[in-house]
Amino acid sequence: MFLAQVHVTYKPSILDPQAVAIKNAMHRLDFDQVTAVRQGKYFEITVDAPTSDDAEKQIEAICDQLLANPNMETYRYEVKELANQ
Amino acid sequence: MKFAVVSFPGSNCDEDLYYAITDDLHEDATIVPHTTTDLTEFDVILIPGGFSYGDYLRGGAIAKFAPVMAAVKAFAQAGKPVLGICNGFQILTEAGLLPGTLQHNRQMRFICEPEPLLVENSQTMFTAAFQDQQQITLPIAHGEGNYYCDDATLAKLRDRHQIAFTYQHNPNGSVSDIAGITNEAGNVLGMMPHPERAVEAIQGGTDGLLVFKSLLQAHLRTV
Repeated sequence: MFLAQVHVTYKPSILDPQAVAIKNAMHRLDFDQVTAVRQGKYFEITVDAPTSDDAEKQIEAICDQLLANPNMETYRYEVKELANQ
Repeated sequence: MKFAVVSFPGSNCDEDLYYAITDDLHEDATIVPHTTTDLTEFDVILIPGGFSYGDYLRGGAIAKFAPVMAAVKAFAQAGKPVLGICNGFQILTEAGLLPGTLQHNRQMRFICEPEPLLVENSQTMFTAAFQDQQQITLPIAHGEGNYYCDDATLAKLRDRHQIAFTYQHNPNGSVSDIAGITNEAGNVLGMMPHPERAVEAIQGGTDGLLVFKSLLQAHLRTV
């Protein structure tokens, strides 16, 4: 059993107006040293795969087909084996 | 002429489209569920606005896997007309039938306004009843209508006359003021404005009816 932790974020070239609004709110809270905010999505996916390689292949396919839109988003992930329960 | 209106869980402009076709264009329309697998009996497929699957993940991201989408793709590949409006446009980009993506509006607000547009290409099966550069007004109603594509895709869209409609006063940050585009073959159109909300004078205008009349004219030429 493997746990994949997946982060999907906008490409740097994409303007993210939500993140801009969040940054402005931080400035209103007087966190003046905040210079940039990026917002993304985080997924925890448990996969019952035979090997770590196999789990990674599935996660990559899931990201390409569903979780990320390649026009504007990129993703990164880590896969770790879960201790047997 | 037979129009199919595909209804996904969360679609909310399906009945508006149905009545635009039946009451105002006086043609045949059927609302078909997202589970339909055969659309070959129809002449046009309409993908309505709304919030299919609650817009979970991204607008259109879940709808693209609905059972009906294989039939929509086969229909498009056969060269028959597919029109996606608002959430329908988002679904068609997610499904890869149109290039680009619809992002959050630049100013993060949902916009619901009559919007002045320009017809950029009146040589398509969706726009032949308009004149090139004709100024029209259609309502928009979206939070994620900010069309984005990379520069190479934009150059292709321009070269191949795929930009069908532009905004006169860009309301949402769309690249190149784009409000609606076709695929390269010209038989798939996605647009954020709602033609089905401008088919009777009581709605404030009838410019939208010309989109459906264009489809009817194109159909009559082929039969």
